[in-house]
Amino acid sequence: MSTKLSGPGSVRRNPGRGPAGSGLPRTARNARHHAPITATGLAVKVVLLGLVAGIAIWAAFPLVEAEKWAGLALLAVTTAGLCYLYLTRRHIPAKYLVPGTLFLIAFQIVPVLYTASTAFTNFGDGHRGSKDDAIVAIQTASVKQVPGSAEYALSVATAGDPATGPLIFLVTDPRTGAVSAGDGEGLRQLDAADVTVAPGGKVTAADGYTVLNFGQASARSQEITDLVVPTAGGALRSSGLSRAYEGKAIRAYDAGCDCVKDNETGKTWSADEATGSFVAADGERLAQGWKVNVGLSNFTRVLTDENISGPFLGTLLWNFAFALGSTGGTFILGMFIALALHSPRMRGTNLYRVLLILPYAMPSFAMLLVWRDMFNTDFGLINNLFGLSIDWFGHDWSARFAVILVQLWLGYPYMFLVATGALQAIPRELTEATSVDGASPWQSFRAVTLPLLLVALSPLLISSFAYNFNNFNAIYLTTEGAPFPADNPTNGATDLLITYTYRLAFGAQGAEFGFAAAISLFIFTIVAVVSAVSFRSTRKQEEVYS
Amino acid sequence: MTTLTGVPATGDVAGGPPPANRDAGGRRRNRWFAQVGWRHVVGVLGVLFSLFPIVFVLSAALNPLGTLSSTELVPTDGVSFGNFGELFGRTAFGRWFLNSLLIAGVASFTSVFLSSLAAYAFSRMRFRGRRVGLLSLLLIQMFPQFLAIVAIFLIFGTITDLWPSIGFNTPWGLLLLYLGGALGVNTWLMKGFFDTLPRELDESATMDGATHAQVFFRIMLPLVAPILAVTGLLAFIGTINEFLMANVFLTGTDSKTLAVGMYGMLQGNERNNNFGIFAVATLLTAIPTVLVFQFLQRYIVSGLTAGAVKG
Repeated sequence: MSTKLSGPGSVRRNPGRGPAGSGLPRTARNARHHAPITATGLAVKVVLLGLVAGIAIWAAFPLVEAEKWAGLALLAVTTAGLCYLYLTRRHIPAKYLVPGTLFLIAFQIVPVLYTASTAFTNFGDGHRGSKDDAIVAIQTASVKQVPGSAEYALSVATAGDPATGPLIFLVTDPRTGAVSAGDGEGLRQLDAADVTVAPGGKVTAADGYTVLNFGQASARSQEITDLVVPTAGGALRSSGLSRAYEGKAIRAYDAGCDCVKDNETGKTWSADEATGSFVAADGERLAQGWKVNVGLSNFTRVLTDENISGPFLGTLLWNFAFALGSTGGTFILGMFIALALHSPRMRGTNLYRVLLILPYAMPSFAMLLVWRDMFNTDFGLINNLFGLSIDWFGHDWSARFAVILVQLWLGYPYMFLVATGALQAIPRELTEATSVDGASPWQSFRAVTLPLLLVALSPLLISSFAYNFNNFNAIYLTTEGAPFPADNPTNGATDLLITYTYRLAFGAQGAEFGFAAAISLFIFTIVAVVSAVSFRSTRKQEEVYS
Repeated sequence: MTTLTGVPATGDVAGGPPPANRDAGGRRRNRWFAQVGWRHVVGVLGVLFSLFPIVFVLSAALNPLGTLSSTELVPTDGVSFGNFGELFGRTAFGRWFLNSLLIAGVASFTSVFLSSLAAYAFSRMRFRGRRVGLLSLLLIQMFPQFLAIVAIFLIFGTITDLWPSIGFNTPWGLLLLYLGGALGVNTWLMKGFFDTLPRELDESATMDGATHAQVFFRIMLPLVAPILAVTGLLAFIGTINEFLMANVFLTGTDSKTLAVGMYGMLQGNERNNNFGIFAVATLLTAIPTVLVFQFLQRYIVSGLTAGAVKG
C-alpha cells in the first residue's frame, strides 16, 4: 500500500467534490444546486429508501413487543439518518461510506468493543450473571428433602416436542387436590376443568401440555432431576419420575453479614466483591459466583501465573515460527517453481501452471481434514506410502512438521501464481543487462530479480503472515493442538494462540470468557505491531528501489 | 504468457557459444539439462506434490468400500460410484451445497460492492476524517472477527429472540455477520487500484455533467473490473471455507453450510466409514470455486487487454 494518505496538493484542489453542472464555474456550492437529477437515479433512490423503511418497520414490531425502547430509538434514528443522507445533496462522501460502515459497526466494532470490555471482568462459567442471580442459584441448588416436607404426585409434561421441549412439572397437592404447573420460573395453579387427574393424584392429561409417557420421561431423567421449581418456602424437586417433594433450601443468603449460611453445618461463605464469589474462612469457594470487574488481573495473570506464563511463552514462540514458516516456506517454494518455469525456452508451462494451482481450487477446510487422515498412524497414506509407522500427531516435532507441510501444500500455489505474475512484470532487459555485464544467474537473481519481486510482493507477504498468525483452521482441523503434555490438557505443542484462546473460551474445562478476551487483545496487539513495523519498512524499501 | 518467439538468442542466460561441436552429443544434453531440463524436473516434482493428495481424494471417492483404511493412492479394489449415491442419500449434502452457494455468492458480491463504494470515496474525495477512517480500517482489519465470537454469540442470542428469521440457524444471520467484515478486508486493496486510474477521466466526465454516481457506476466500476473480479474470487473462496463462525451459528441439519456439514461427517465413530462420501463431497465442493474462477477469468483477462489498448 504505497499510496499517499493525503496529497496536500489534491486536498486544496478539491474541497468536497460535488457533481458539477456543465458550463458553470466550478465552485462546489454552485455546482451542487445545478447538478442534473437523472430519472433512473431518482427511481433507484426511492426504491432503495422504501426498502430501508420497510425493513425498519418490520424490525420495529418485535422491539415494541419486547419493550426495548432504546433499541427502537436507535432504529428510528438510523433510518431517519439514512433517509436524510440520501435525500439531501450534501455529504457526498458519506453516501458512499455509510452502507459498509453500518455493517462494520454492528457486526465488528461493537463485538470487538464488547470483547475488550469483558477482558476486564471475570465473565465465564460460574460468573455469568449478577450477584442476585448467583444467590438464587445457590439457594435453589441446595434444596433438600427435610422431615415433614410435602410430597406431591408428579407428571412430567412439556408444551413442545416430547423429546426436546422445555419440561413442565404437573403436581397435585395431596391435601387440596389442586393441580399446578411448575417450571424454572415458579408454580402456577391450573384450572381444575382443564386437567384430568387419575385416582392417586397423578395428572394424565392437561390442556396445552403433552404429558410424557414413562419411556419419554426416563429418556430425559437427568433433565428432570435437574429441574428445580422455586416455591415460597423453598423449592420443588422430583424424586423419581412420579413423585415430587417440596424441600427447604439448606443454604440461605443473609444480607446482614453479606454471606451465605448453611443451616445444617453452620458454615458460612462471605461475599468477596473482588473475585465475585462466596468464600468460606477455610478458602472454599462456592461454584456459583457473579460477574465483577477484576481490573487488569486477567492481563497480569498471563505474565505472573506460572501455569500460564510458561506455556504461553512457548505458544507465542511456536506461533511466530508457524506464521514465519508457513509464509516463508510457501513463498520460497512458490517463487522457486515460478522461476524454474519462467524461461522462454520452457515448453508446456501452461499445463504445468494449471496442474500446480489445483490445490488452490480445492476447498481448504476439506483438504485439511484429508491431510489429517493422511497422517493417520494406522492407515494413513503417508505411513503406508513410505512404510512408516510414525505417530505423526503424537510427538511435538513431527506434529509441528506435519502442520507446516500441510500449510505449504495449501499455500504455495497462490505464491506461485503471484510470483509468476510479478516475474512477468519485471522487464527482461534488466536481467539481460546483468548477463551482458557478466553476472552469474545467481548474482542476477540476488541483485535484480529478488529485490524487485520483494517490492511487488511484500504487502502480500505481510498480510499472509498476519493471516497465518491467526490461522485457526490449520490447527483446529488437523491436530486440534495435539500433542498435549501430560500435566496440561489446555495447551498443546501445535497450539496457536488463537486455538488456545478458543479452548479457554469454549473448552471442556469450563468457559473463561474474560481471560480469553484478554488473550485476544494480546494477539491483536502483536499482529498490529508486527504489521505496522513491516509496512513501514516496506515503504522505505520502495523508496530505495523504485 | 511466455513469449516463444524472438528471444531464443537472448534467452541463453549463460551466454556460451552455440553447441555445434561434432563430439558434443553428451555435452549438448548436459547443456540442455542445465538450461531447460532441470526446469522440467522442478515442474514435474511440483505437480506431483500438488496432485498426490487430490489423487488420494479421487481414489477415496471411487473406492467401493468407502472407508479410510481401505483407501490407497490408486484404487485397487475396483471402481464404483456408490459413494455418490450414498452421499445424497445419507446426508443433506444438496441442501448444504445450496446454503453455501447462497451465502458465499451473496456475501462476496455484496462485500465487493460495499468496499468498492468506500474505496471510491476514499480515493476520489477529500473530507474530514478521511485519514482517520483509512487508518482505523487498517487497524480493525487486524482484529480477527472471530476473536470476538463470544460477544457475537451473545449479541445474536438477543437477535434470535427478537427476529428469529435473521438469528441463529438462518443463512441471513450468518450473511449479515460476514458483511460486517466486508469493509476491512478489501477497501485498501481497491483504493490502491482506484488511485492508479487517472483523475482526468472522472474530471472530464464531471465537466460533461455527469453526477458523482454516474462517474462511479459508468466510468470507475468498469475500469476496475479486474480487481473486482480478483477480490470477488478471494471473498468467495474465503466464505466457502469459513468454518468457525458457521459452526457456532448453524446447528440445524438443514441450515448447515458445506464446511460445517462435512466436518460433522468425519466426527466420532463414523470417521473411518464416512471417508468415501467425504471425498465425494470434497470433489463436488471444488466445482463452484473452479467455475467462479473460470467465469471471472474472462473479466480478468479482458480488464488486462483493455489496459493494454489504452497504452
